[in-house]
Amino acid sequence: MREKLRLDQGQIDRGRKAAARIAADVNRELEKKTTVAVERTVLRLLGIDGVDTEGVPLPNVVVDHLLEQGRLSAGAASWVVNAALHENITPQQVAERVAAGSLSLTEIPQVEWASLLREGERLAAQGLERIAANRREREEQIRRLGEGRKPYLYVIVATGDIYEDIIQGKSAARQGADIVAVIRSTGQSLIDYVPYGATREGFGGTYATQENFRLMRQGLDEVGEEVGRYIRLCNYCSGLCMPEIAAMGAMERLDVMLNDALYGILFRDINMQRTLIDQAFSRLINGYAGIMINTGEDNYLTTADAVEAAHTVLASQFINEQFALLAGLPPEQMGLGHAFEINPELEDGFLLELAQAQLSRQIFPEAPLKYMPPTKHMTGNIFKGHVQDAMFNLVSILTGQGVQLLGMMTEAMHTPHIHDRKLAIENAQYIFNNARHLGEEIQFVSGGRVEARAREVLDRAVGMLEEVERIGLFTALERGMLADVKRSPTGGKGLSGVLEKDENYYNPLEAELKRRVGLDPREEGSVHGRGLPTR
Amino acid sequence: MAVDFQRVKPYGDTLGDGAVQLSFSLPVPCGEEARQAARQLAAQMGLEEPQVYHMDDLGEGYTFFIVYGTCTHTVDFTSIRVPKVDDGGRMNYEAINRFIRERIGRKLVVIGACTGTDAHTVGIDAIMNMKGYDGEYGLERYPEIEAYNLGSQVPNEEMLAEAIERDADALLVSQVVTQKGVHIDNLTRLVELTEAEGLRNRLILVCGGPRINHEMALELGFDAGFGPGSLAPDVASFLVRELERRMSNDTSKAPD
Repeated sequence: MREKLRLDQGQIDRGRKAAARIAADVNRELEKKTTVAVERTVLRLLGIDGVDTEGVPLPNVVVDHLLEQGRLSAGAASWVVNAALHENITPQQVAERVAAGSLSLTEIPQVEWASLLREGERLAAQGLERIAANRREREEQIRRLGEGRKPYLYVIVATGDIYEDIIQGKSAARQGADIVAVIRSTGQSLIDYVPYGATREGFGGTYATQENFRLMRQGLDEVGEEVGRYIRLCNYCSGLCMPEIAAMGAMERLDVMLNDALYGILFRDINMQRTLIDQAFSRLINGYAGIMINTGEDNYLTTADAVEAAHTVLASQFINEQFALLAGLPPEQMGLGHAFEINPELEDGFLLELAQAQLSRQIFPEAPLKYMPPTKHMTGNIFKGHVQDAMFNLVSILTGQGVQLLGMMTEAMHTPHIHDRKLAIENAQYIFNNARHLGEEIQFVSGGRVEARAREVLDRAVGMLEEVERIGLFTALERGMLADVKRSPTGGKGLSGVLEKDENYYNPLEAELKRRVGLDPREEGSVHGRGLPTR
Repeated sequence: MAVDFQRVKPYGDTLGDGAVQLSFSLPVPCGEEARQAARQLAAQMGLEEPQVYHMDDLGEGYTFFIVYGTCTHTVDFTSIRVPKVDDGGRMNYEAINRFIRERIGRKLVVIGACTGTDAHTVGIDAIMNMKGYDGEYGLERYPEIEAYNLGSQVPNEEMLAEAIERDADALLVSQVVTQKGVHIDNLTRLVELTEAEGLRNRLILVCGGPRINHEMALELGFDAGFGPGSLAPDVASFLVRELERRMSNDTSKAPD
C-alpha cells in the first residue's frame, strides 16, 4: 500500500540513528550504576513481600539495612541469597529476620560463590516463571474471549478507593472499554516505597499497591468473562518506584503500563540518573511480561504550544523507542504517545493534528501508538468539549492509532463520573464504526498542507535530535531543550538512591531477564569465583 | 417583555418558562422503575413536568438519565453582591511594567508553586512561564518582575523559606486537585505558616485554580483568588496595585 504521506526516508533514518546514539551513550554511562529501587525490585522478584511492624515494606527494610552498612553496591541479591543458603531459609524469611533485627546480612559467613550463583539463578527463574505464566494466561484468555478492535478504548478510573474503582472499571468494560487505567494518588510518584495492601483513601486517584492490582485484575477478569472480551488493566510505572511497580504489575498480570524515559525528570523533577537507570530495568521487566508501555509525550504539550512544540513530541518518541529497544522491549509493545492539543480556534488546526498523527503512524509502523485527547483547551463547556473529542476520535480512526485514551467532556472539571465515561465511549464507538475504513480511502495531496506540515515537523525533530546527540542527553536536559524545563544531572529527587556498582555486583534477575529477552547479559562470567566483597 | 429581576427563572424560549436540562446517574438497574425514580428526584429538585428524554444502562446496576423540566424556583438578582478582585482595571504587559518602574521603583519578586501534593502545574505555568498562555506572556517575561516558578508538589514550608530568602513580595499558589477538599487544608496551612513567621503583612498571598474564586480566597485568608480563564496580566495588575497601596501605608518596602 502506498503511504499516505510522502516522507523523506533519509530524514527518518537520520532521526532514528541520532536517537540510537543518544540512548546508547546514556546506557553506557548508567550501566555502571544501580538504584535502591532496582535493588528492591530484585528482592520482590526473589519473593520478598509484606511489611514490618511499622508498615515499612520488607524490600525497603532489607535495602536500607544494606545501605546503612555501605554494602548495597554489591547488589542486594548477593547478600540475601547468601543468607538464605547459609541459614537454609527462603529470601522472605531472610527479610523477616532482618526486619526483626535478628539477622545482619553482612555478618553471615559467605557460602561458596558457585553455589550462590546457582541458587540465585534458581530463585530468579522461579520469580520469572510466575510472570511467564501470567503472559501465557493473558494470551490464552485473549484467544478464548477475544479482544476489542484497535484503537483500544482506554478509560480512567480514579476514585481513590479500590473497591469503588472496581465498580467503575467493570461498568466501563460493560459499556465497551478495552483498557481500564487506575490513576494513582497524587504524590505517589515521589514516595520512595510502594504502599502495601488494599487502599480506600487517595487524592485524585488510588494508590498503586500489589493488592490493589490483584483486586482490580480479578474484577476485570470477571467482567471480561461476562462481556466476552479480554479487558486490559493499566497502571503507572513511573516515579521513584518505577521498576518495583513494573515487577508488581508483571506479577499481577497488568497489561499496560505508563512508562516514559524522560517524564519523571522533566515533570516530576526526579533525578535524571535515577529515572534513566530505573526505566531501563522497568522496561526489561515490561518487555518480558508482554506488557505494553505507554510513553508520555503528550505532557510536552500541556504548557508548550502544540503547533510550535510538535517536533519535541516526535523527537521524544524516537528517544523512547531507542531506550525501549535497548531494554529488549519489542515495537509491538511500544505505545508511543502523542496528543490532540492544538488550539481549537486555529484555522486548519484539524489538518495539523492529522499530519502529526499520520506522521507518527508512518514512522513507527509497528507501534500501537497511544493517542491522548484534548485537555489543555477543554473549558467546562461540556457540549463543545464533546465535539472536540469527536474530532480527536476522527483523526484516530483515520490514521490507525493503537490506543485511544478517551477524552471526557468533563476534562478540566473533575475526575470522570460514571456517565462521562459512557458518553465518551459512545462517541468513540460511533465514530470508529462509522468511519472504520475511511483511512484506506485517503491519500494526502502531494505537497499539500498536511504533507508539508508533516515534513516540517520531521525536519525539526531530526535537527533537534542531532543537536541532542552532539551535546549528549544530560547536557540537553540541563539546557532545557526538552519541554523548556532545565534539570541538572545531580539535581532532583532520588539522587541519594543512585549507587556505583562494585566490580562484583550481582543481579541474577537482570542477567536472567536479559537472557530470556535475547539481550547480551553483562559479562557475568567475570565475577565468577571472586566472591563477596571482603569485609 | 420586561424581565422581573427580583424573580428570575431559567429561560428556554419563552420568558418565565423555567426550562432546565440536567443529566445524572442513579445506582438503580435500568428500567421503568428507574425512569420513575429519575422523575421523582427531578420533581424534588423543584422541576415541574420532568421528562426523561434519554435513559441508558451503565451496567453494574447503574442508570444514566437526561432530564428536562421547568424550574419552579426564582432568584432575586437585585440582591446579589459578589466580591471581586480589586485590580483597578486590568492593565496590559507594557502598562504593568511601566507601573512598576514609575510607581514602585524596584523589581517585584514573585514566587509561584503548586503546593502540597498537587502535581498539576498547568495553571501556575500558564501564569508564570515565559511563553505564557493564550497570547499573554507569563510573569517570567516581565522585565520588572523577578518570577520564580518552584513547580509541583512544593511543601508550604519550602515555599515560605524561598520567600524569606528572596525577600518576596507575593506568593502565587496554584491548586488544581481539589478532591475531598485537600486544597482547603493546604491553603489554610500556608496562611497559618506566614502568620506564625510574622510575615503575613509583608507578603501578598494569591491563590488560583479551576475551583478557586475570590470570595473563597478571602475567606481562607488570602488577598485574592483567581478562577479559570485568568491570565498573567489579571494577576499582575492586582499585585502591582496592591503593592503600591501597601507601600503608601508602610514605607519599609519603598525604594531607598
